[in-house]
Amino acid sequence: MMSDEKLAPRPAVPFLHIDDAGAPYLAGSRCGACGAVAPGQRTVCNACGARSNIAAIRLGTQGKLYSYTVVHRSFPGVKTPFIAAIVDLEGGGAIKGTLLDVKPDPEAIAFDLPVDIVFRDTGQVAADGAPFLSYYFTPAGGAAE
Amino acid sequence: MSDVYIVGIDMIPFGRYPHRTVEQLGAEAALLALDDCGLSIGDMEALYCGNLMEAHLMVGQRILREIGQTGIPVTNTANACATGATAFREGVISIKAGLHDLVLAVGVEQMGRGLLGSVGRADGFVEEGVLGSSTMPAMFSQIGIEHARHYGTSFAQFAQIAVKNHHHSTMNPKAMSRRETPLEEVMAAEMIAWPNTKLMCSLNVDGAAAAVIASESAVRRLGLMDRAVRVRASELMSGPYTPHEFAIPDFSQVTRNCVGAAYERAGLGANDIDLIELHDCFATAEVVHYENLGLCADGDAGGLIDTGATALGGRIPVNVSGGLLSKGHPLGATGIANLYEVATHLRGDAGARQVDGARIGLTHVVGGTPNRGSACVIHILEKT
Repeated sequence: MMSDEKLAPRPAVPFLHIDDAGAPYLAGSRCGACGAVAPGQRTVCNACGARSNIAAIRLGTQGKLYSYTVVHRSFPGVKTPFIAAIVDLEGGGAIKGTLLDVKPDPEAIAFDLPVDIVFRDTGQVAADGAPFLSYYFTPAGGAAE
Repeated sequence: MSDVYIVGIDMIPFGRYPHRTVEQLGAEAALLALDDCGLSIGDMEALYCGNLMEAHLMVGQRILREIGQTGIPVTNTANACATGATAFREGVISIKAGLHDLVLAVGVEQMGRGLLGSVGRADGFVEEGVLGSSTMPAMFSQIGIEHARHYGTSFAQFAQIAVKNHHHSTMNPKAMSRRETPLEEVMAAEMIAWPNTKLMCSLNVDGAAAAVIASESAVRRLGLMDRAVRVRASELMSGPYTPHEFAIPDFSQVTRNCVGAAYERAGLGANDIDLIELHDCFATAEVVHYENLGLCADGDAGGLIDTGATALGGRIPVNVSGGLLSKGHPLGATGIANLYEVATHLRGDAGARQVDGARIGLTHVVGGTPNRGSACVIHILEKT
């Protein structure tokens, strides 16, 4: 018998957390000594080596496009083309991800494009049936949608 | 501390050897290097072996089983694309330390075909296309686009790197690909990851290269100074922290740190270098390394390409071997193959692609993987 119970989404990366209200966010840490921001929780700062005073924070929900490529050839089974982006987050830190809702054409992609960090079902399902949830980038305010 | 010399060095032609084992390829290169200086495995006091794909499978010991199990110490190294150069450097260090007078370094790799890496995670999730991309061409394309962001580097300028290196390869019988590729052909080739087309990506090939490294006293005792090449600097660095650490491995700052240490060690600067073999795993990478190695000011790499300064006959020839774009890039072998190329020029043995009057050359490899880190090795070699 299939269970009717809906399985909770499975984060695609360890630093994607889901709060008590069920809202996803990106977790990070900020070093009190040097200010470096990193995804995920840390006990030692990888920028300066500090071993205390590292605060757990939520990473920014917006950012700016730093660099990218349009991937045309990828591993078998991966749908192309897509935009593989590097985004500088508001409040510090940088992450890589896929930029959606922009034409995968260099002519259509602007440096420093303001983006939102959004959370979407990836369409992939874990062995136990849980849907994988990931973060993506989209143009800020959904302007191009 | 003793000066350190290369007395024997060689590589097998890079290509595809599906019916041979990794130890057979490594053994062939080792014997070529020994023959190059007229020594035997019995003269070697230690073996430093670089191999990435079978790093946990005792490749160095397997090579000795092919060519003579003398019982010498074997150190197997793995360090991404810097694997072979790291093995060579361990050999240099052992001589500097006074532990040994004659050692062998071998770099060898058997590669699969197609894109490096794998698609699925242990939990079944496919990151590719969701969390951007982890393919090597995508990563090095992002680095090229970063350069374009700062300096307006054009698609044609990136593509010109492939035109140049493929032209050089026509003069190198040991390169996998040896044909001219005009600019239009490079730019019209299949786009892999903007702006790198297929002809702007290095080839996945099998290969092996080896070197016999000696102390000054051994070189003099054996009468090998005539063809010996002095190692003026042998530097290794890991990627330092950068604010983009978790988004993309650093290949530029680690190169800058490493070459700074190498120039200081050798008491030389970029202007003293006569030829360079640098890590052109993708055409975009060569462009950023012009600036990282100090061949020009930041932002001037495009100009260096436009004026042909880095082509054979130019002010500072780069990758006259054809580079990884033409020779191919068997990860563990690449670092010693670069040393072979530069040593061959310093000995005046490079034939049609000889850099005239070459006295000092530099080799550079840098590797890394997304969300893991990077490694860079730089050597400066001098004609004796």
